[in-house]
Amino acid sequence: MIYNIPFIAVVIMVIIGLFAVLFKRNLVKIVIGISIIESGVNLFLITLGYREGGVAPIFTSAPSEIVKDTPGSMVLPVPQALTLTSIVIGVAVLALMLSLVMHIYRQYGTLDVRKIRRLKE
Amino acid sequence: MNWLELLSLHSPALIVGIPLLAAFLTPLVSRINDKIRNLFVLVMLCVTGFLIILLGYDVQTNGIRTYVFGSGAPLPSGMSIPVRIMFEIDSMNVFMVIITIILALVGVLYSWSFMNRQDGQDKYYTIVLLLIASILGMVLTGDMFNFFVFLEISCISSCALIAFWVHKGESLEAAFKYIVISSIGALFILFAIGIFYAQYNTLNMATIANAIQYSFLDKIALVILIAALTMKAGLIPMHMWLADSYGEAPPSITFILIGATQASLYGAIRILFTVYGNVFRDILPNSSSFIIEGVIILLALITILIGVMMALIQTDFKRLIAYAAVAEVGYIFLGVGVGLASIGTQYGGVALKGGLFHIINDALDIGLLFLIVGAVLYATKETSVNKLGGLARNLKYTTLFFIVGLLAVSGMPPFNGFASKLMIYESTYQLNPIIPIVAILASILMLAVFIKVFYSVFLGPDLPKFKEIKEVPRSMLFAMGIIVGLIVFIGLFPDIFVSNIIQPAANALINHSSYISKVITPTTFIGGF
Repeated sequence: MIYNIPFIAVVIMVIIGLFAVLFKRNLVKIVIGISIIESGVNLFLITLGYREGGVAPIFTSAPSEIVKDTPGSMVLPVPQALTLTSIVIGVAVLALMLSLVMHIYRQYGTLDVRKIRRLKE
Repeated sequence: MNWLELLSLHSPALIVGIPLLAAFLTPLVSRINDKIRNLFVLVMLCVTGFLIILLGYDVQTNGIRTYVFGSGAPLPSGMSIPVRIMFEIDSMNVFMVIITIILALVGVLYSWSFMNRQDGQDKYYTIVLLLIASILGMVLTGDMFNFFVFLEISCISSCALIAFWVHKGESLEAAFKYIVISSIGALFILFAIGIFYAQYNTLNMATIANAIQYSFLDKIALVILIAALTMKAGLIPMHMWLADSYGEAPPSITFILIGATQASLYGAIRILFTVYGNVFRDILPNSSSFIIEGVIILLALITILIGVMMALIQTDFKRLIAYAAVAEVGYIFLGVGVGLASIGTQYGGVALKGGLFHIINDALDIGLLFLIVGAVLYATKETSVNKLGGLARNLKYTTLFFIVGLLAVSGMPPFNGFASKLMIYESTYQLNPIIPIVAILASILMLAVFIKVFYSVFLGPDLPKFKEIKEVPRSMLFAMGIIVGLIVFIGLFPDIFVSNIIQPAANALINHSSYISKVITPTTFIGGF
C-alpha cells in the first residue's frame, strides 16, 4: 500500500490539472493546470525508477561494499534521465505559453477565455 | 570504405543533425546578408534531401536499417535489452521522410518571396529548420521517448510559427489553443511511455512490440497513445485546433505544418501496426472484438463528413481549406483503419496502400491549395471569399494551379487524388458498402465547395480594387509549379509510385516481425534485470 501512494498522487495531480484546463476561465490558470499535469507525469516517471534494494547510480557516492558484493544492484538511471529531459522541455513549453498569454493580454485586454473568441466557426 | 558509403552509413543521424545545426547557424549567417541566408537554408535542405535519397536507396536494396547512437550494435555488452537511442528505418519511414523533405524544400523556396516583406526573417528560418529537424526525427526514430522529445520540439516550434504574425489576435489565439492541446497530448504520450517502461523495462519500439502482452495497462497505454496522436493528426473530435492553426498561420508555414501533422499520423500508424502488431494479429482476432478498428473507421467517416460540411459554410479562403484538410485526414484514417480491421486479407492490403498513398496526396493537394491562398494573400492582402473576385484576369498561373489543386483534392481523374481515393473506395467496399458511399458523397461535396470558391474568387466581374494587382513573384510560382508537376506526374503514372514507394511501405507495416527481428530475436523472453 505504502508503495502505491506515489501512483495515487500521480493520478490525483493529473486529474487536478485536467480539471483546471477544462473548467477554469483564466488563461494563466490553464497554464498552471498544464504545469500540474506535467509534474504528475514526472512524478510517475520518477516513481517507476524506484527499485527495492537498488543503489542510486552515482558511482562515486555508492557504498563500496555494496558495489563489491552485488554488482547488479545499481539501478539503471533511465527514468531519471527521462524526467530531466521532460522537465527541460516543460520549462520551454511553460515559457512559450506564458509569453503567448502576455501577448494575448496585450491584444485582447483580458485573460478570460469566454471573451477571447475571435476565432469562430 | 569510400566517403559515399560513410555518408550512407551515418545518414540517419545526419538527416536530423544537419537541419538542427543549420537552424542555430541561421541567425549567424543572416548577419551577413538576407540572400545568403536564404540560399544557406535551401542548400542545407538540399544536402539533407541528398542524404535522404542515399538512405532511401540503401533501405530499398538492403532492407531495414538501424542506426544506434554511440555504438555499432543495438545491444551493449552485458545487457539483455537495448538501452541506447536507436533510429530504425524501414520503407515506411523512408516514405514519410520523402514527404517531409518535399514539403520542407518547397515551403522554404516559397517563403523566399512570401516572407520578404516581413521582418524577423532570421527567426522565421531558424524555427522552420527546427520544425523540419523535429519532423524528420519523429519519422526516423525507433525509440518511444525519442519520439516524445521530437514531438515536443515540433509542438514548440509549430506554436511559435503559428503565432508568427504576432500583431494579429487571431493567430495568438490559435497558437495558444495549439500549444495547450498539443502539450497535454504530448504529456499523455509520456505517461503511456512510462506505462510501457514500467512493464517491459525498455523504450525501444521493436522491443516493446516483441514483448507486448495486451494486459490491462497496455490497453490504457493504447487508448492514450491513439487518442493523443490522432488528436495531433486532426481526427474528430479534436479537429478544431487544426482548422484554427492552419487557418491563422502564414500559408508558407501551414504548408510545412502539414508535415508535422502527418508525422503524428505516422506515429499513430506505427503504434497500431508495429508496436501493437502482435495484438492485432494474434490476440484480438481470437476474441473477435472489433472495437479499436471500428472506432477509428467511425471517427474517420465522421471526420470526412464534418470536415466537408464545415468547409461548405466558411467564408474565409484559408479556413475553408483548413477544413478540407480535416476531411483529407479522415480519408487517410479510413484507409488505414480498414487496412487494420482486415489485416491479412487482399482488400485490407489495398485499403492500407490507399491510405498511405493518400498521405502524400493529401500533403501535395492541400499543400498546393494553401500555397495558392498565400499567393492570393500576397497579391491582394485579402482572404475573405466574399471580398475577392475576378482574380483570374491578373493571376493567370495561380488560377491554373488552383484548377489543378481543386480537381486533385476532390478526387477527379487524371490527378493524384483520384488514384488514392479509388483505392480506398474499391477496398473499403468489401468491409461495409456504407463506407465508400459516405466517402464518395463527401468527395463530391468537396468538389462543390471548391467550385464555389473558384467562381467567387477567380471568376466573376472585374473588381476595381484588384485592377492593379500583379502576378506573384517567380519563386512562389516555381514552388507551386513543382507541386503541380508532382500532382500531375503521380496522377498520370500512379503505378510507378505505388509499386516503388507505397507497396514497400505497406509491406513494412504488415510484416512487423521483420521490424522486430532487426533489433531483437523474436520470442526471447525479456525479463527484468
